[in-house]
Amino acid sequence: MPQNARHRDVVYSARVISFALSDSQKVARDTVREFARRELRDRARPCDEESRCPDELLEKSWALGLAAACIPEAYGGGGVEGGHTTSAIVLEELGYGCASLGAAVAAPMLFVRPLVDFGTEEQKRDYLPLFTGDRYHAATLALHEPRFTFDPCALETTAERRGANRVLRGEKRLVPMGARASHFLVLARGERGPGLANLEAFILPRDAPGLRVHDEGDTTIGFQAMSWGRLTLDGVEAPPAWKLGGDSGIDGRRLIASLRVGGAALAVGLSRAVLDACVPYAKERVAFGQAIAKKQAIAFMIADMRIEVDAMRWLVWKAASELEERGDATRAAAIAQDYVGRKAMKIADDGIQVFGGHGFIRDFPLELWFRNARLLTVHEGPAAV
Amino acid sequence: MVDFRLSQNDTEILEQVRREGLAVRKHARYFDEHEEELPPEKFPEADAFPGVSERVNRRPAGDTPPATFQMLLGMARQWGDTLPLRQPPLALGNAALQAAGTPEQKQRWGATALSMAITEPGCGSDSKAIKTTARLDGEHWVINGEKIFVTTGIRAQGVVVWATVDAQRGRAGIKSFVVLKGTPGFEVTRKEKKLGIRASDTAALSFIDCRVPRDHLLGGDETVPRQGSGGFRGVMKTFNMTRPAVGAIGVGKARASLDFAEEALAGEGVAVDWERGRRARSTIEAKLVQMEADAEAASLTVLRAGWLADAGEENNVEASIAKAKGGEVSRTVPQGCIELLGAMGASREHLLEKWLRDGRITDIYEGTGQIQRLIIARAIFGYSSEELG
Repeated sequence: MPQNARHRDVVYSARVISFALSDSQKVARDTVREFARRELRDRARPCDEESRCPDELLEKSWALGLAAACIPEAYGGGGVEGGHTTSAIVLEELGYGCASLGAAVAAPMLFVRPLVDFGTEEQKRDYLPLFTGDRYHAATLALHEPRFTFDPCALETTAERRGANRVLRGEKRLVPMGARASHFLVLARGERGPGLANLEAFILPRDAPGLRVHDEGDTTIGFQAMSWGRLTLDGVEAPPAWKLGGDSGIDGRRLIASLRVGGAALAVGLSRAVLDACVPYAKERVAFGQAIAKKQAIAFMIADMRIEVDAMRWLVWKAASELEERGDATRAAAIAQDYVGRKAMKIADDGIQVFGGHGFIRDFPLELWFRNARLLTVHEGPAAV
Repeated sequence: MVDFRLSQNDTEILEQVRREGLAVRKHARYFDEHEEELPPEKFPEADAFPGVSERVNRRPAGDTPPATFQMLLGMARQWGDTLPLRQPPLALGNAALQAAGTPEQKQRWGATALSMAITEPGCGSDSKAIKTTARLDGEHWVINGEKIFVTTGIRAQGVVVWATVDAQRGRAGIKSFVVLKGTPGFEVTRKEKKLGIRASDTAALSFIDCRVPRDHLLGGDETVPRQGSGGFRGVMKTFNMTRPAVGAIGVGKARASLDFAEEALAGEGVAVDWERGRRARSTIEAKLVQMEADAEAASLTVLRAGWLADAGEENNVEASIAKAKGGEVSRTVPQGCIELLGAMGASREHLLEKWLRDGRITDIYEGTGQIQRLIIARAIFGYSSEELG
């Protein structure tokens, strides 16, 4: 770390309200921004059309070290403490390039972050080194279930006791990168009943007896570039070593907050992409002898995008920094999710309106961003910070 | 490091400001209903709260930087009520004096409460269209015109009045002048009756052949440039800090309304479960979460504008974002709280309906929400006010 960066970190270490990125956060932001510009933008359309995420892209992304960064040095990782805010900053940049491919690139974090935060010594030793090698390693988290009234507080996947083991039954849907994950972190209703604090998580290898990973994944309005897995848990017998956190279990409130903030961070990037596409288009497009940017009806829509992208980002940063300070981020994360969900959808929708007919045809990215926004803002956990 | 926590000292100061606010609430209804009376310089309760300003001035350098902290103070003050426990000694004209005055002028009028007179019967947001004139006659400026909506125009000892010295030159011809009460030709002609903020006096002023000495021209620059906006831009700079400060007012109103509504609902067994997913919330919960999010978003944009000023960075766009968001929540959140509480929420037994009326001006004065969007859009597109008006 450069000398002046350390100095600055010391200056800001007092408790003050600050929007200042550390030097290492600036480097992370710029690196991922460049990666997203170079590798994600041009691939977004063909990957959506072909419903695929190329292996070579995932391999390239591995050099960014997104998952390895938060793994302690003892397990071969970068040893960055906390880092939730940095993750949020990075996810915004990935979402700016392409939310769907960006989520695919960041998917291993869905497995790694909970392992780092809640895993037993043995679990960290067994699984974290999978993510510190040279190759992209896919593992993920299974949260969603096939109900229209789905709520993370009231999961229907159960984990009954059988001797020392637990037996998992249920259905999981919309599992990010489910097609190629080697391990699934499956969330289940706790023994003590519903509620985030009672959630339990189990590390299931893909070949666990009773676990069926369906060949046909889920497909949705957007996010086609990323594969969404479907799991059936038909009496999967999990030994104690598979229960994340062992007897202490996990802090389900923190875990869900991390997912809500992660999804919101991607959506901030997506919204900024819409804004940045609308500005040059509105200045170029002439109607009735004048650039449409010179008409208040259009200018105000774009000003609102600018306003809301700022507001959304600060809400995400605030929730992420509360996670980082180990405070209770439940409220801040719910607020970020609610606000970003509403505004990102509005911005993606207005983006099409600014482009008019061009927003509707697939030559332009607006309709893709609109479809991605629709799924992104209703999924409870496409990414983790 | 990105951080949104406060030091113990800052937390205590803001807590004291909120307690002062609670103390003033019992006077708030009276001055809402007796608009003709000016509230006292300070209420008796003020003596129970010594020295907030001294404590603010003595804050250690490592705590939240000053402009950011001013935003927090503004939110906390407004959380109590629009009515202050102590009347602030200075007014908006003093901000203009500090931003554009010569050292000698700052010295001379620094302790004189000055209101600011821009708006006229024929122009508001479009301040370059003002008709009030100032003509140099020997060693005096002769001012003629009418001004309205002058905040603290009754109470202040003088006014910074905007007038054109050359109507052909648009913005470049606009200068501001200090006129003290008692100057012949300067009269307060009216005290407005308003929807809200009734404890804050709003005046109409008239200038008929009002003569002020030549050195009352703020900043002292008599030239009218052929190109550009001349001193106008300098005076407009006044608003880069006052816009987020007005945003803070809106946030304070929204926060007070939400706290009232949440306490009222909790008393009847309704509260937000923050853990539940978005689709598992009741209608009331969903509305509360939405308003909490809106208020928090506005609050962070206000802090961001202050923080940029502290960091010495350009904050023109962010000041407008803060004003636009603060203005928005000053309208939507108190309205939504009454929507949630029903007819009893609109009762004058409570201050909530007053906060809705008080807050409504926030999206109008110091540049309407629409003006803020114009400022933002011009910056985004690189347009002048002629290109996007």
